[in-house]
Amino acid sequence: MKHAKTATQNACKLCNPLGACLAFRGIESCVPFLHGSQGCATYIRRYLISHYKEPIDIASSNFHEESAVFGGSHNLKIGLKNVSDQYKPQVIGVATTCLSETIGDDVPGILREYKKEFKNGTPMPILIHASTPSYQGSHIDGFHAAVRATVKTLAEKGEEQSLINLFPNMVSPADLRYLKEIFNDFKAPLMLLPDYSQTMDGGPWGEYHRIPPGGTPASAIVSAGSASASIEFGSTLEASKSAAGYLEEAFDVPRYHLSLPIGIKESDKFFSLLETLTGKPRPEKYEDERRRLIDAYADGHKYVFEKKAILYGEEDLVVAMTAFLSEIGMTPLLCASGGKSGLLKKRIMELIPDMEELGIKVREGVDFADIEDEAKVLKPDFLIGNSKGYTMSRKNNIPLLRLGFPIHDRFGGQRMHHLGYRGTQELFDRIVNTVIEQRQNASSIGYTYM
Amino acid sequence: MEQITILEGRQKQIFEKKKGVSQPDIACDTSSLSGSVSQRACVFCGSRVVLYPIADAIHVVHGPIGCAAYTWDIRGAVSSGPELHRLSFSTDLQEMDVIYGGEKKLYHSLIELIEQYKPKAAFIYSTCIVGLIGDDIDAVCKKVAKECGIPVLPVHSEGFKGTKKDGYKAACHALMKLIGTGSTEEISKYSINILGEFNLAGEAWIIRQYYEKMGIEVVATLTGDGRIDAVRRAHGATLNVVQCSGSMTWLAKEMEEKYGIPYIRVSYFGIEDMSKSLYDVAKYFPDRPDIMDAAKQVVSEEVKTLYPSLQKFKKALTGKKAAIYVGGAFKTFSLIKALRSIGMSVVLAGSQTGNKDDYARLKEMCDEGTVIVDDSNPVELSKFILEKEADLLIGGVKERPIAFKLGIGFCDHNHERKIPLAGFIGMYNFALEVYQSVMSPVWQFAPRKGGTL
Repeated sequence: MKHAKTATQNACKLCNPLGACLAFRGIESCVPFLHGSQGCATYIRRYLISHYKEPIDIASSNFHEESAVFGGSHNLKIGLKNVSDQYKPQVIGVATTCLSETIGDDVPGILREYKKEFKNGTPMPILIHASTPSYQGSHIDGFHAAVRATVKTLAEKGEEQSLINLFPNMVSPADLRYLKEIFNDFKAPLMLLPDYSQTMDGGPWGEYHRIPPGGTPASAIVSAGSASASIEFGSTLEASKSAAGYLEEAFDVPRYHLSLPIGIKESDKFFSLLETLTGKPRPEKYEDERRRLIDAYADGHKYVFEKKAILYGEEDLVVAMTAFLSEIGMTPLLCASGGKSGLLKKRIMELIPDMEELGIKVREGVDFADIEDEAKVLKPDFLIGNSKGYTMSRKNNIPLLRLGFPIHDRFGGQRMHHLGYRGTQELFDRIVNTVIEQRQNASSIGYTYM
Repeated sequence: MEQITILEGRQKQIFEKKKGVSQPDIACDTSSLSGSVSQRACVFCGSRVVLYPIADAIHVVHGPIGCAAYTWDIRGAVSSGPELHRLSFSTDLQEMDVIYGGEKKLYHSLIELIEQYKPKAAFIYSTCIVGLIGDDIDAVCKKVAKECGIPVLPVHSEGFKGTKKDGYKAACHALMKLIGTGSTEEISKYSINILGEFNLAGEAWIIRQYYEKMGIEVVATLTGDGRIDAVRRAHGATLNVVQCSGSMTWLAKEMEEKYGIPYIRVSYFGIEDMSKSLYDVAKYFPDRPDIMDAAKQVVSEEVKTLYPSLQKFKKALTGKKAAIYVGGAFKTFSLIKALRSIGMSVVLAGSQTGNKDDYARLKEMCDEGTVIVDDSNPVELSKFILEKEADLLIGGVKERPIAFKLGIGFCDHNHERKIPLAGFIGMYNFALEVYQSVMSPVWQFAPRKGGTL
């Protein structure tokens, strides 16, 4: 039975400040700071820790009733001072919440006052402010808002360098390491933002680190304004909301906008762009990766052909996965996202012009109750997305292929590759194995060769 | 190593027990210091955890999406029947709702959800901005209750209006509205309510079984494996047995005042406290010596099998040191005793929400040199773990990575645990978990133990 639906049931999105906190963790010596209630910081820490398995300190201005009535200025200043004293950060990334946005705190104004009032005290960290009201958009918007705010605060125009800025979107620490490896192999100077490859997936500590090592140094972000180009992943990310968009507008750094490079075709586009920008051919290593991937496609093609999937997650990930699935002969019956950029359908249509004839549905702004209703009718072979689809997967007996964020019920989500030939290879292997495992389990014979 | 200093505003919330030094009372019951990265949550969190296990009600979070998303299926509180509590419902307020008010959206959400899920009741949690935009959620709840014929209970849990403890109180307030609305016919004189037991990994079932073996009727468990009808009848019990004192003492006091039901405080962790919680209930019914006999029987049977099985762990763990940082102080007391029974000492003890009396008692219980903290943070916890050379940290999800990064064992004693740690069987599980983590050979690679970085 179809029910009227006003409430969101089992959300397929998180709130804006979460994305900002994650992005700020990708700056060296930076403490994320939420201007709002204590709970926001604590919940977001817990949520991130369950995926990344790393200590994640997020400070809070810890609103009280007085702050809500008279404004949060006093608490914000005390909080900044305490964080400066205890963490000695080079950067504090302040993100707002629904509370501070609703009472209308002028955060840039408060930060200016703070700098004046405390300028003779402890060394002044760089203060970055991202506006991330939880009643707008979702976590991915907060992520991009924080990256853009960081660049806006720090980037300066200098003498043009051969440097390339890369804004990779919300990808895994393993993906970030792979991207750095690629640039390193191309011998191309890189400014990667954010880079939480180490802060969110690092080694053991001999002593306590107030702020874990790793992240992009502020000094490197300064030179983003004099880079020769910016590459930005994320097909629904608009220039007006993005870091590369800002750099193009303010400093004429050309913006190259790509989808997340998943699948051979999209990865090719990324490598071709690197060849163009650096004037160098791709290193042999990546030709090898690509060849192995094509070989694997051949070896595994029959397992996946015409298999049907429901894809969900952040819009950019859904678009990129759609491109990948269509090049291996799988059909994304439903491309769904809790996000609502208004661009999802357009981007999917660009990839699969005959999507409507193929019966492919695109839905934005949905929750897991909606996706489950669709799944009952569409009867897909797989669900592909983050861990939060597990409840629906179990209930309806549809296998779930976990990727993206969050992975709360499996080990090693932070070390999972998604991007480039290497990431695609991993995803392809996992999809094929999911099919094989299901067939093997379903067979009464118990085949030992599949 | 770099010296870690304590923030000025936090110094009164920490002390170290030293011989011959008179020390002032620890400062507690305060709100967290801005910028200190407290391990606490907010008012909403307090309300949400207390009411969460009520499985035949819907729990609707009125606000932007985050609060509902982060609490979706967050606890290991299991149900023997309906599982509505494992769903996440939010009014998902958007900018226009913030400007024009969210009452209509809340109303329609409730009508539709009640129609779809047919719950026995609905709890409506208000979040930070609901308090600011002035939605009259009481009025909406009243209207919906009238139209749908079930209790629709507002929980005033705006995140910034106090601490987690105020959230507990708001939840208890909602429960008080239900208690007293059901029939108490046929409830035995020898009956109790179990308060502050949330049935994590089925713990309430274990405890309930002990009491039932003693011939005690358990009227309601608040709120583990909770049912609205049971809550409604809770005033028919003779005695309230309160665990997790932080969250439920307020309710017990209210019930005492309104219905004349006395309460006792208990803990189900460790052999000593578990046994005591059975004896204390038996003592309350002196006219029935058979109840005490049965209690002794339960304890003796359980301990007979448990005690020998613990010896292997005790042998391995003797001399190891533990740090405890959990939500409520009462649990800390039990853990200290439980750890001692397997040969371990405690070098750090703290809680998010302990009160003055709790800390006084903690001071009394602890050994010389033990550090006691209220509302601590990762920097402090790490400082003391390293300084005191702890081998184990007991805490929740947020504390876990601190332990592992520093190369020491960890036991999750919070709401995500999947293995029951309460009761006699729980003591075995606890010792096993501590043993498995502390004795693992992986720590040999930790820099703290001489491994290379």
